[in-house]
Amino acid sequence: MNVAEFSAAVFLISAAAGFLGALTGLGGGVVITPVLTLLFHVDIRYAIGATLVSVIATSSGAAAAFVREGFSNVRIGMFLEIATASGAVIGALLTSVIPTSSLGMIFGAMLLYSAYLTGRTHQDGASREQRPGPLAVRLKMNSTYPGPAGPVAYAVRGVKSGFGLMFVAGTVSGLLGIGSGALKVIAMDRVMRIPFKVSTTTSNFMIGVTAAASAGFYLSRGYIDPGLAMPVMLGVLAGSLAGARILVGAKTRALRLVFAAVVGVLAIEMIYNAFAGRI
Amino acid sequence: MPEPNSEWTDYRMDQAIGQLLRAGVILSVAVVTIGAVLYLIHHGGERPDYSVFRSVPVDLRSVTGIVQGALEPRPPHIIQLGLLLLIATPVARVAFSVFAFAAERDWTYVAITVIVLVILVVSIVAHAGAA
Repeated sequence: MNVAEFSAAVFLISAAAGFLGALTGLGGGVVITPVLTLLFHVDIRYAIGATLVSVIATSSGAAAAFVREGFSNVRIGMFLEIATASGAVIGALLTSVIPTSSLGMIFGAMLLYSAYLTGRTHQDGASREQRPGPLAVRLKMNSTYPGPAGPVAYAVRGVKSGFGLMFVAGTVSGLLGIGSGALKVIAMDRVMRIPFKVSTTTSNFMIGVTAAASAGFYLSRGYIDPGLAMPVMLGVLAGSLAGARILVGAKTRALRLVFAAVVGVLAIEMIYNAFAGRI
Repeated sequence: MPEPNSEWTDYRMDQAIGQLLRAGVILSVAVVTIGAVLYLIHHGGERPDYSVFRSVPVDLRSVTGIVQGALEPRPPHIIQLGLLLLIATPVARVAFSVFAFAAERDWTYVAITVIVLVILVVSIVAHAGAA
């Protein structure tokens, strides 16, 4: 396989991952690294460097639309970015001391968790009535989002626990070069009780900043190879934009299960290869 | 339409942030695509090897090295310049938010945003700023 064929293959795989990632809400980044390492035998450090860049592209591309539609809560995002950005710096520093086989295992564990989350049906807590936490009031986090019958108000609580969990999400992001949107959504949706649509779009909004915080380290360490990052970034971005376009009204239940199964298989392969010393 | 109070500035900020992110991504994709075409023309027939980590050449690892290489112009450096623009996009969004919150006289959020900006700038400049 020469460079042109390699680039074309990686572009197509990345586009497929970006497309499915957007449809299922999991993001494409989480499957690119295992595919690159397992299928294309790319060293995991090059793989996470290329993926990190693609994560910034999809996050910024999608956030542009969500922010303007009024779903993302910029204040919540800004505040929690203190946690994710500092976590990401620490995560990136850890990549240079943790052996690649351990990176592979952590990645596999993260994939298993993502597969579980994707396969599970989400219970929408839209009707939950709650009093806002004092910190949420002080930080003006309570807001509204556009509903079918005008703006819907929501209250936020659990700011401190959410902040702590965001630090973990940031560390995982910096360590594995992924957006860790799944962890971010848990922090906002489960802990801070923010409506699901606001949680997912605000998480997406934050991913770019989280990833940018570790990008400098990745770049200076030589993890970001232009020849590899180019098809990954262009592919994931094209795929996710296409996916976001048909997301509205799409029946994604069956697709989510298929994608969850794929991610589960990748997780097991990743962990097996890490144990076998091939990563 | 939003009312002309503080929410109105929030609304305006959202629109501006959305446009800033869009512009950053479009610019980056344009530069990466130009680099990609040149890269495939010049290096398309070579054999890729990413199976062993060697770290990319030093001049592709710093802002100064990338900009110099892109001006020559060398295709890998042009791609890398596009990726740098992409990394800079969220940073520009945060920098813009500092001014937007200041315009709203929301000093708590000016402080919060400055903290995020400092983390980003220090992390990026400390690692990739110098040659």
